[in-house]
Amino acid sequence: MTKKKATKKKVTKSTAKKKKTSKKKTTRTTSTHKLKPGMVFEYDPAPESSAVVSIKKKYELFIDGAWVAPESGKYLNNENPATEESLGKFAIGNEKDIDKAVKAARKAYEGEWGKMSGKDRGKYLFRIARILQERAREFAVLETLDGGKPIKESRDVDIPLAAAHFFYNAGWADKLEYVYPGKDVKSIGVCGQIIPWNFPLLMAAWKIAPALACGNTVVLKPAEQTPLTALLLAEVCQEAGLPKGVVNIVTGEGPTGAALVDHKDVNKVAFTGSTDIGKLIAKNIGHTNKKLTLELGGKSANIIFADAAIDQAIEGIINGIYFNQGHVCCAGSRLLVEESVHDIVVKKLKKRMSSLRVGDPMDKNTDIGAINHKEQLVKIKEMVAQAKKGGADFHQADVKVPRKGYYHAPCFFDNCSTSDMIVRDEVFGPVLSIMTFRTPEEAIVKANDTQYGLAAGIWSEKGSKVHQVAGGLKAGVIWANTYNKFDPTSPFGGYKESGFGREGGRHGLLPYLEVK
Amino acid sequence: MKVIKTVKLFIGGEFPRTESGRSYSFNKSGTDEQYARLCQASRKDFRNSVENSKKSQPGWASKTAFLRSQILYRMAEMTEGKRVEFVDLFKNALGKSDSEANKMVDEAIDTFVYYSGFCDKYQQVMGAVNPVSGPFHNFTTPEATGVVTLIEADEFNFARLVDNICAILVGGNSVVTILGKGCPAVLAPLAEVFKTSDLPGGVVNLLTGDLDEIKGFIGNHMEVRAISFQNERTDVYHELRIASIDNMKRMIPRREKERSLDLILDFVEAKTVWHPIGV
Repeated sequence: MTKKKATKKKVTKSTAKKKKTSKKKTTRTTSTHKLKPGMVFEYDPAPESSAVVSIKKKYELFIDGAWVAPESGKYLNNENPATEESLGKFAIGNEKDIDKAVKAARKAYEGEWGKMSGKDRGKYLFRIARILQERAREFAVLETLDGGKPIKESRDVDIPLAAAHFFYNAGWADKLEYVYPGKDVKSIGVCGQIIPWNFPLLMAAWKIAPALACGNTVVLKPAEQTPLTALLLAEVCQEAGLPKGVVNIVTGEGPTGAALVDHKDVNKVAFTGSTDIGKLIAKNIGHTNKKLTLELGGKSANIIFADAAIDQAIEGIINGIYFNQGHVCCAGSRLLVEESVHDIVVKKLKKRMSSLRVGDPMDKNTDIGAINHKEQLVKIKEMVAQAKKGGADFHQADVKVPRKGYYHAPCFFDNCSTSDMIVRDEVFGPVLSIMTFRTPEEAIVKANDTQYGLAAGIWSEKGSKVHQVAGGLKAGVIWANTYNKFDPTSPFGGYKESGFGREGGRHGLLPYLEVK
Repeated sequence: MKVIKTVKLFIGGEFPRTESGRSYSFNKSGTDEQYARLCQASRKDFRNSVENSKKSQPGWASKTAFLRSQILYRMAEMTEGKRVEFVDLFKNALGKSDSEANKMVDEAIDTFVYYSGFCDKYQQVMGAVNPVSGPFHNFTTPEATGVVTLIEADEFNFARLVDNICAILVGGNSVVTILGKGCPAVLAPLAEVFKTSDLPGGVVNLLTGDLDEIKGFIGNHMEVRAISFQNERTDVYHELRIASIDNMKRMIPRREKERSLDLILDFVEAKTVWHPIGV
């Protein structure tokens, strides 16, 4: 993350004005040409090599420690959203495949894994963490190819954090008696887990690591848009010698997930994704006693007070909404600016946005990569088009976007009102809405005026104000003078319709344990 | 001639009759002999309770933990003060012996005392300072979920009723309680305990009536944030579990244990705050 900031700053100075691309060559031959004021430096391409990964033509299901063909015999094409090139085919699991996977998970739970000591379970998880670290480059490249996120993010955020999650939870496996002071705890059984496409490997780690540490076994369904790193994680499980059936990975679309949720022998369902699907899942298991944790959508407020360090806050706004193309459930998508600094904040924000590099995710200098898949790009464009009719002031960064692939230049709507669609609905893209407030009380009321409650940001140099506002916000994660920070030791999850349960930290173990 | 007390509802710290003007007879256990007439709460009574509950909740949550602790302890004191009345009720209405009835009161008092002591401790036991990899101060604290609807068991257990209410109160929530069929007349003395314990009006609301009539308005009420379902009827549990999805209510199923930290944590949200360390 620090690396990211450093490079960004450099760009602010050097590419304040664009359009002088023709001078690129001149500026590079420094020995014979003098630097002149106002000259513009363009970044040369700095592509990460994809040689470290080999994309298979066909990916099977990972059930009971082995790669098996789907019962349906059906496969789906996978696509690189940055280039629209094929990334092979992956299997579509159906009810029969899910049944096989759940049975394998049950067998492992009743057998080897369930009987294993916490110490040994932990050692397997430590092993997985280490292998992830050792194969980090491979995972980062694959993540970027599959999902279109900038390589610097998958390299510096997704993969290291995924490994850290396994490492952190590994240590808990033989210390579960410390999770709940004064209480005995036990594992739950077979967990059905469904994860989204925005942080494919990281979400797999958030789901699998605590479940296994607590002694459960899992059947994981990755998102159909981004199955590759979860399947590579299955390979890692094999490499680590993890007993068969402990982790099963069944790829597929909605019906595959529904089959998993509905399976009678699943004791617990964990889902990360949209609020709509989360509600559907909750409805489906309403007649059962299955345990449920949901990590759903958000419309998080990022509050900038007049006494904030404005330049730092600008970086926080950028990181808050444009990180991972805005495909972040906790994205700071509602900017609340104290009225007196609105104009300067917007001016600085526009300037900073103009220096964002949108393009090839494999380029190490890229700030904003490709939109994860075509349908999402269409959805973002539709919402932007609709919001444009609403009367708010639209601004889009004047940046070049590749012709091939799915891209959306970062943008915002200024002078929004609380009832605007773009303020109320989750876009899940690089689209920010801006509103103003006058007092901390008004900021709290406006920030809480949403059915969601996942996260919020506060920017102020006044400590007592930060704590007062943090106390008033109905959100599970509050970033004060920072944004979009994640850590395996830090609980993550939301209030209200953003779901229930926490992931990360000691609190993240609770959904995978029963208190006796 | 004896004056018979009418049992009214307890809403917003007041004792109104049901707005519906309906009542029903609560008979002495195992007989057709009437013990008291009770109000049959309506949909509007429930909604009024939620409204009061919502208004009073932030004030209750913002009281210091020490003060919440003292108020719960006061409830134990007031229950002790009304011992005779409770014992009389349990003997006459439920046919309990003197020692049984006294034991029920003892256990309820102990439950109040237990949860009183937790008001300023659960945060320390289940809060956390998280050692994140970076220069950040990061801490997690529990916060109130909001308005909770408690659907009580039909089989009456005084200590359990107190347990269910206290587990909700400790974390700074407010509660609308639908009393069970077993001994709804407990509303009268119990409401007076809450009324005289310096608890802000509206934090605890007690209703008597027909669960089948009210259940349809609980799950889809957007201001209710959680349901503690302690009734025995699993069909209603699943019905409410599905109905409560609209605003993602926390649905807490019937539990068999008492006086436990995890019962408190069912009604809190973990909030994690990050702040950079540096100049």
